[in-house]
Amino acid sequence: MIRFDHVSKRYPPGVDALSDLSFDVAEREMVVVGGHSGAGKSTLLKLIAAVEKCTGGAVLVGGQNVGGLPRSALPYLRRRIGMVFQDQKLLFDRNVFENVMLPLSIAGFPPREAAQRVRAALDKVGLASRERALPVMLSGGEQQRLAIARAVVNRPSMLLADEPTAHLDGETAADVARIFQEFHDVGVTVVIATYAGDLFPGARRLQLDHGKLVP
Amino acid sequence: MKVWLIHHLEAARLALRRLAAAPLNSLLSLLAIGIALALPAGGQMLLANARHLAGTTSAVPQISVFMASSADRRAATEIGARLAQFGGVKQVQFLSREDTLARMKANPGLRDVIEALPANPFPDAFIVTAADDSAVAMEKLAVEFRQWPKVEHVQLDSAWIRRLDALLKLGRTAVLLLGTLLGAGLIAISFSIIRMQVLTHRAEIEVSQLLGATDGFIQRPFLYYGVLLGLGGGIVAWLLVGGAALWLRTPLSELVRLYDLTLVLQALDARDSAVLLGLAAGLGWVGATISLRQHLRQS
Repeated sequence: MIRFDHVSKRYPPGVDALSDLSFDVAEREMVVVGGHSGAGKSTLLKLIAAVEKCTGGAVLVGGQNVGGLPRSALPYLRRRIGMVFQDQKLLFDRNVFENVMLPLSIAGFPPREAAQRVRAALDKVGLASRERALPVMLSGGEQQRLAIARAVVNRPSMLLADEPTAHLDGETAADVARIFQEFHDVGVTVVIATYAGDLFPGARRLQLDHGKLVP
Repeated sequence: MKVWLIHHLEAARLALRRLAAAPLNSLLSLLAIGIALALPAGGQMLLANARHLAGTTSAVPQISVFMASSADRRAATEIGARLAQFGGVKQVQFLSREDTLARMKANPGLRDVIEALPANPFPDAFIVTAADDSAVAMEKLAVEFRQWPKVEHVQLDSAWIRRLDALLKLGRTAVLLLGTLLGAGLIAISFSIIRMQVLTHRAEIEVSQLLGATDGFIQRPFLYYGVLLGLGGGIVAWLLVGGAALWLRTPLSELVRLYDLTLVLQALDARDSAVLLGLAAGLGWVGATISLRQHLRQS
């Protein structure tokens, strides 16, 4: 489903974030990308979602070279991918329900069906009773679960998460990890960049060090 | 089609919500746009009324031929006959000095002055309508009539209408120029306001792009915002011009009555109102479009 073919990413003025990276992620697979801070984990996820373009090699998603996609095609790629960002990127002037509704509004879902999907997603992450709350009223764990609900509400075939358990206490981090495991169990391809790989025991591990894969 | 409609309804709702979210800012923006638009719109209203005024007065160019005060009625009759037979004259109307005096006495403002005079100061006169009302032909006739005996004064009555017409043309050009300048100003205002909106909602734009929003989806609420801003400003301008028309109606009517004219100042008619609102909304849209394109090109 995902193929990295000798992928490199260099930021100006010549900093190599990723160097000659090659690996595959199969459909319905769960992969954890580990490594220290600055190892290139976030960059790797950004390349999959075409948030950034590689400077060498090719990133293929579903057989499509995402680096070569025109700007107009990017939205349709991203609608197939659920993303949980390291900084969550929640909209703090919108309530829980409206935050989760956003991907469905973008995709043009009819309001009634969209509302049903939002409630189902919120139920799945345990936030059904908080749909009118603003994100600022949620705890760190709840905010992370909200970000997950927004990522999966579109029922994507692939879920990317960047440090989804960062800043969470042990119990809450385990809860969040369990949610990812549940999505994987129903057939979603999951790629998680995290320093806490132990929370995802069933996942294949890729280890990055200074932008390179290490055994 | 349904998705398209859902997106537009949602964008319009969001734009309204953003306008309502900062009521004082929105109100001041609408006032700024409204006042800028009220100037050319007010000019257009005055022009339309001036055109109406010119249209209700005799637009047919005429020549007034005044006899010398020493000329008797027989001399006037001779001049009348000569005028009637003169080539290039289409019609001649005689105004006796007695009729003119009676008409002037009927004016309450002049009655006392005229009655104080020892004798009738008005001469016999003729109103001549020329077959060819071009300026050259009219002037040629006037030159000819001035040479006739017992004719004291010849006046081209069409001159003021021509002057008014020239003034109206100048006014139209001035309104067009003012409208163009202030229209560009409105685009600049709309550009700046939308730019501020874009910066305020930068995070939302970024998240939407990451979640698969197209440029059209991102632009739509801002475009509606620009259109609503322009339209609101247009409504403010329309109200300002309408209010000014009501306010000026009575004093202006009194002024033109002194010139034996009638004018009831009218606010913008339906066509001009529609043009004002349409242009205002359109210019708001243009400002928003330029602002958004610049932002999305950079993002």
